[in-house]
Amino acid sequence: MCRRRSPALTLPTVTDDLLLTARDLTKKFGDFTAVDSIDVEVRKGEAFGFLGPNGAGKSSTMRMIASVSPVTSGELRIFGLDPAVDGQQIRARIGNCPQKDLLDEELSVEENLWVYGRFFGLSRAEVRQRASELLEFAQLSERHADKVEHLSGGMKRRLVIARSLINNPELLLLDEPTTGLDPQARHVLWDRLFRLKRQGVTLIITTHYMDEAEQLCDRLVVMDKGRIAAEGSPRDLIDRYSTREVVEVRFDTDEHAPHAAPLEGIGERMEVLPDRILLYADNGDAATAAIAQRGIHPLSTLVRRSTLEDVFLHLTGRTLVD
Amino acid sequence: MVGYALWRFVLLRDVLAFRRMWWLFASGFAEPVFYLFSIGIGLGALVQDVTTDHGLVVSYAAFVAPAMLATSAMNGSIADTTYNFFAKLKFSKTYDTMLATPARPWDVAIGEILWSLIRGGIYSAIFFFVALAMGFVRSWWAILAIPACLLIGAAFAGVGMWATTYMTSWKHFEFVTLAIQPMFLFSATFFPLAVYPEALQWLVKLMPLYHGVEIQRGLMLGDVHWGLLGSSFYLLALAAVGLWGASRRISTLLLT
Amino acid sequence: MSAPERLRALLAYHWVLFKRTIGGALVSRFLLPVLFLASMGLGVGNLVDSASGGVNGVPYLLYIVPGLVMVTAMNVAVGESTWPVMGFVKWNEFYRAMINAPQRVIDVLLAHWLMIAFNVLTSAGAFMVVAALFGGVRSWWSLAALPIAVLTGMAFSTPLFVVAAKATNDSIYSALFRLVVTPLMLFSGAFFPIDQLPIWMQPISWVTPLWHGIELGRAAFVGGPVPDLWLVHLGVLLAYVIGGAWVSARAIEDRLVT
Repeated sequence: MCRRRSPALTLPTVTDDLLLTARDLTKKFGDFTAVDSIDVEVRKGEAFGFLGPNGAGKSSTMRMIASVSPVTSGELRIFGLDPAVDGQQIRARIGNCPQKDLLDEELSVEENLWVYGRFFGLSRAEVRQRASELLEFAQLSERHADKVEHLSGGMKRRLVIARSLINNPELLLLDEPTTGLDPQARHVLWDRLFRLKRQGVTLIITTHYMDEAEQLCDRLVVMDKGRIAAEGSPRDLIDRYSTREVVEVRFDTDEHAPHAAPLEGIGERMEVLPDRILLYADNGDAATAAIAQRGIHPLSTLVRRSTLEDVFLHLTGRTLVD
Repeated sequence: MVGYALWRFVLLRDVLAFRRMWWLFASGFAEPVFYLFSIGIGLGALVQDVTTDHGLVVSYAAFVAPAMLATSAMNGSIADTTYNFFAKLKFSKTYDTMLATPARPWDVAIGEILWSLIRGGIYSAIFFFVALAMGFVRSWWAILAIPACLLIGAAFAGVGMWATTYMTSWKHFEFVTLAIQPMFLFSATFFPLAVYPEALQWLVKLMPLYHGVEIQRGLMLGDVHWGLLGSSFYLLALAAVGLWGASRRISTLLLT
Repeated sequence: MSAPERLRALLAYHWVLFKRTIGGALVSRFLLPVLFLASMGLGVGNLVDSASGGVNGVPYLLYIVPGLVMVTAMNVAVGESTWPVMGFVKWNEFYRAMINAPQRVIDVLLAHWLMIAFNVLTSAGAFMVVAALFGGVRSWWSLAALPIAVLTGMAFSTPLFVVAAKATNDSIYSALFRLVVTPLMLFSGAFFPIDQLPIWMQPISWVTPLWHGIELGRAAFVGGPVPDLWLVHLGVLLAYVIGGAWVSARAIEDRLVT
């Protein structure tokens, strides 16, 4: 087993850098296709995002990557391993934060970490040591002996993340990490995730919050109805699929569609939503001035920068959170 | 090496959780003891002696005591592998979390069955010593009574767990009652097989608890015969089939 | 609304609930007593009758039927007075909703107890029909056991409502079944006369309602003679029903009104 490798093979190549590859990856539940032949590559050390509305197939993709859900067809390799064959080895190297917290309510905060860690082959001493470090990291040291049910939503989510880090994972999967948390708890969580990224942990994140995707992800794919609609860095995607600025125009009516025609031609593009009209323009102030010149007087006009929300709207004609 | 005997930590989890709940389960051993005192001793005065199916004449209490020992083994393991297993499988999602680690479905099944055997074993041991103190143990073969309890427990744990994977609501636990209670009442527990008409005797012989009672009665009364080996194999087969089925079903339910 | 109108409205609600849940309760309420009857009455009865010619000259099957009628009454009453009541008080707060409507606490409780009495009556009655098919009922006098069964059941029901008012969670009920209901069934003279018990255990039977109900029921089944202590038996049962109702009504009122 000690066959010497030729020097050429040990040189780093582009593929050595890939932590995950998916080709034509498909997941079906009966007749329903949750994930429809997607291609994805994730490199070591990056924070990669799946952005899309509920039901886009993000969680199904995540479960396949976590090696707890068999691939229907296509190819999936994580650390170069096939989950159908080496699922156990893959799971040993992954940290998994599912969408629901799924903490063990019958155990205390630290017992949740101890038991979980033992499944990864850590000794009693290692698990205790690691648990106290992670509780520190998750700002839960003072609550270590509490029952889980007494924790707040943000604390529970931090505990789940702490739990997922018990095995020092090379890859951390975060399925909707901040859904249901208040803004302050989200920022605390984001801060913890940034630290992990700096330590070199690869992150794969699903989210339907565009601000989260912009904050956390180096690169992301936009998913819709099981397919990938676009791929790139948040900046790339905005440059490619939107303008620099957006003017949000509101009128004092229930319906906004009738107000669209008079605005035609202002900016590059227009989206009519039930409660507002979006005008896409590189110069928002100029567009606002053009509205006034036409003698139109909306209830309000707001100039803002384009976000991933606008990218998604453009790609799918729908909003992310509905 | 990844993932060696990870059922140990399913067991660890249950032990940790049990430390908080012990008082809830501590009463579990009481029921067979009550039956022994009531039916065995109270009613025993009216029944006096009874002839076992193998021709031994014993007091009624000595006849009932082994049956209650087998029952306590059954009760102890059924509680954890049906009701509690269902709660963890469907509601607290304990196993979803475990299966995201290197643990595999059979680790879950084995761990939970072993835990149920520990609890059932404790119940049985308490009962055994009560029976011993009251003089219902007649033979040194009874040293094997507790291991035999584990075998009975394993059979019920395996099959019970497998059946539970098919349940979708708490209402379905009526079926557990429907399976356990008739077995408890008719497995030659309170009266010998000879009381039944021939056709019904065959039906009774299909019941796992009947074989458990046979084994315990043989061991405690010192009436050991080759038939007990057959009964043991029957229980062992049920345990193995149950474990196999439960592992497969856990996999189909959770790894989708 | 007058008192009878209020009661009728409440009973209508219970009736809807009864129809929805009765199917699921058939196994525990009906089948299990019948299985007990078959196992004990026929199987063990075979042993008893051949060894001692029955209990005090009565074939064993006939001996245990009145006991099992009362045990059924107790089981049904306890079952209906535990988890469902806690549900009304604590989980779905049905009681509170009722009180906010123009119902008084006593109306709400009275309606619930009437419904439980109805449950006990029908279960005990159904069991007696099956027992008759087994040959375990010999006289029309047996019908007199039905009101006694209702009284026995209610002697458990009304005091148990206190638990729902006071307890913080339902785990106490499992212990109640294991440590109170099962031993009572086994040691209150249903399966053998209590004078077979060690002397120190007999007073326990005297203070619990089941033994008193069984003593009365056994006499009713054979049409007499009236037991010497019939007034005591009846008095104990009534004391449990009335005392229990009084204490429970106060406890529930405390819980709901504060």
